[in-house]
Amino acid sequence: MRDIARDARETCWHCGQPAPPDTPWHAAIGDARRPMCCPGCAAAAQAIADAGLDDYYGSRTAFAACPDQEDAPALALYDEGMLDGDGVFSVEGIRCAACVWLIERRIAALPGVIAVRLNVATERLHLRWAPEACRPSAILRALRAIGYNAYPYDPSRHGARLERERKRLFLRLFVAGLAMMQVMMYAVPVYLAGDAHDPDVMDGDMRALMGWAALLLTLPAVTYSAWPFFRGAWLDLRRGLPGMDVPVALGIGAAFGGSVASLLRGQGAVYFDSITMFIFLLLGSRYLELNARRKAAGALERLRHAAPASARRLRSWPASGEADTVAASALAPGDHVLVAPGQAVPADGVIVEGDTEVDLALLTGESRTRRMGPGDAVPGGAVNVAQAAVLRVTSSARDSTLALLVRLVERAGQDKPRIALWADRAATWFVAALLVLTLAVFGAWQWIAPARAWPAAIAVLIVSCPCALSLATPTALAAAADRLLRHGVLAVKPHVLETLERATHVVFDKTGTLTHGRLVLRATLTLGALDRPACQRVAAALEAGSAHPLARALREAAHAPAPQASDARYLVGQGVEGVVEGRRYRLGGAAFVAGLAGGAPPAPPPEGLTAVWLGSAAGWLARFDLADALRPDALAVVRAFQRSGKTVMLLSGDAEASVRAVAERLGIVDARGGQLPADKLDAVRALQRQGAVVAMVGDGINDAAVLSGADVSFAPGQGAQLAQLHADCVLLGSGDGKEGDEGLWPLAETARVAAATGRVIRQNLAWAMVYNLSAIPLAACGLLNPWLAGLGMAGSSALVVLNALRLRRG
Amino acid sequence: MEALYLLIPLSLILVAFAIWIFFGAAESGQFDDLDGPALRVLQDDDR
Repeated sequence: MRDIARDARETCWHCGQPAPPDTPWHAAIGDARRPMCCPGCAAAAQAIADAGLDDYYGSRTAFAACPDQEDAPALALYDEGMLDGDGVFSVEGIRCAACVWLIERRIAALPGVIAVRLNVATERLHLRWAPEACRPSAILRALRAIGYNAYPYDPSRHGARLERERKRLFLRLFVAGLAMMQVMMYAVPVYLAGDAHDPDVMDGDMRALMGWAALLLTLPAVTYSAWPFFRGAWLDLRRGLPGMDVPVALGIGAAFGGSVASLLRGQGAVYFDSITMFIFLLLGSRYLELNARRKAAGALERLRHAAPASARRLRSWPASGEADTVAASALAPGDHVLVAPGQAVPADGVIVEGDTEVDLALLTGESRTRRMGPGDAVPGGAVNVAQAAVLRVTSSARDSTLALLVRLVERAGQDKPRIALWADRAATWFVAALLVLTLAVFGAWQWIAPARAWPAAIAVLIVSCPCALSLATPTALAAAADRLLRHGVLAVKPHVLETLERATHVVFDKTGTLTHGRLVLRATLTLGALDRPACQRVAAALEAGSAHPLARALREAAHAPAPQASDARYLVGQGVEGVVEGRRYRLGGAAFVAGLAGGAPPAPPPEGLTAVWLGSAAGWLARFDLADALRPDALAVVRAFQRSGKTVMLLSGDAEASVRAVAERLGIVDARGGQLPADKLDAVRALQRQGAVVAMVGDGINDAAVLSGADVSFAPGQGAQLAQLHADCVLLGSGDGKEGDEGLWPLAETARVAAATGRVIRQNLAWAMVYNLSAIPLAACGLLNPWLAGLGMAGSSALVVLNALRLRRG
Repeated sequence: MEALYLLIPLSLILVAFAIWIFFGAAESGQFDDLDGPALRVLQDDDR
């Protein structure tokens, strides 16, 4: 049993993250009571122990994922779609071999399950169950109980296509490999016998037998395995653009045709072994490339599940307020749905009750929320920011604007980055020049020594390698994407790596980016008649519906249950106003509260703390001092960027004093506070007008417009849903403010990967130039016979692909 | 040496047979998950 013991500091036995010193959460595993970091881990660990599966802890080689603490999504709705007892689910959180055992054992123990199999490579669970004895929601719930998220696998998505391609390519590769090895067995005796045609060594009949056997074995390789090259060449020629497949197809065709002709004539060399080896090695490189791309596509699928899958449909409205949870795709026009604050609207609709603020930034780019009330139309995908509202659906979820956006993201994932497009174009020119050269070589040899014309031309076609361009560049990009993914970085747009490498300025937001975003109430200063607990309760009441970190801190500070606030209006960047127990209050920035309380704020906050003011018509009531801890890796990340020559800036909406304090600690020279979203966007534009390339790292509801305006943008983890959709790159696995979360370090890693990718691509191009400039003249002079040429070409392409794959490990 | 006139065609038939078996195995899903069986070996289900 591998002991994953730690030092005296407590770590969660389940997920390995640090646990609070006197943690109230424990689980009884085996004979010991183990500390846990959160109720989610405790529940999962207890479930595992109760099911008698605590061997999992003995045999695992990696910590489990910390379970999602949010409310379980509506699992029951999946029962409607899967009635026939057969299904495939995608599973998240598989970390090591023991997870496989744990999942299969646990599910097999559920009543009604007939067969369960977990495919580790694709992270999919194949299930068969008896519909009358068991429902899929029960299975999903059991999985969640032990700490794994699962949802139905939709095969119509992009990832499935890559999977099918990979399978077909694997078959072709196997056939080519088999053909190569078998043909080599018959080619070696012929080589060993030499060209002497001495009947005692090997007579003509035997040579012919070897030749025919090799031909029969080469047929499947040329017709089946090499089919993609011929098809690619045909498509290229039809479009009028010679691509990489054209010389390959020509080379294979010419070599094969020439060899068959030699066989039939009874004289001349046959090249079947070169052909099969060439096909095998070239397919091998393609297989490696496809694998790298497939791994990168898998995680993007999980991001797309952020679109709301379920909706709360009101059964009979306005008669009763009871709601059912249904699949968003099942909504029909005329249904009424209830949308809670912070949730995305599941389908296009019209508000029938509720005055609320709706954020349309992801659809229109507006940075301010729009106030909407009964009668206003809300597009699907907009986020309801302030209050719960009831909507009447006007179109189905499939046609909603969010669905359109998801489809756009899918299509963006298929777009090639600029450097790959450049590589394709360069390869095209290379191939065109090569074809001309081949004809010239053939013509020249025909004139000088006709017997050598054919082999020389074939050698030129085969030995040339545009692989650094067409093959290695996509592989490098896919390998880099895969490595980034393993560090929790998801590049949504393709240009992220190359733009980051070129970036001259890096702009950071403060709250939630450089800091944990988890504000804690440090002190409350009462300024008026209301005492401290009462002020805190009023503040908590006003902030009841908001997802902002300030709100969360205030809600947590109030110990007694907060009263209800009515008529609460939340204004972005300023504060919230509402009526609590009959009196009107304002909570927020000093200027905003002064509008109701009158006069100047009595006492300014101390250096480095953020102040939130509370006031009523009677005057100023309280000042809440909130502090936010810097992320532990913030300093290292800023230093890393500065060392690589980029200028780091800090633009924040918080007060100047706290911004300056943070900037001093991190060594940032240019730091501005009090920036509204429009101000940040102006600053970025000003830099861009001077010719700078700006990278923006931001979070929070306010940053959506700036993230779109920067040349490349990053958003850490589970920040506001909006910022994620606007950023070019998402730093997953961070941002919930928990102690020890890896927040910003993936960003420095991304910059490193960007630099490494640029280096590798340049290395490959340099090698390609050296190789082609030396090998092609040799082949043109007739010094290379086709098998050497094939070896050279395949070796070169394998070299560049392997060099590109180096990026996966770093 | 004349034996080769029999053996070589025979080996071609064997290769064809091998390809046929491989395709059958691939279609039935044997090669879909290359990582799972390696991990399963470590499981201790004897109890």
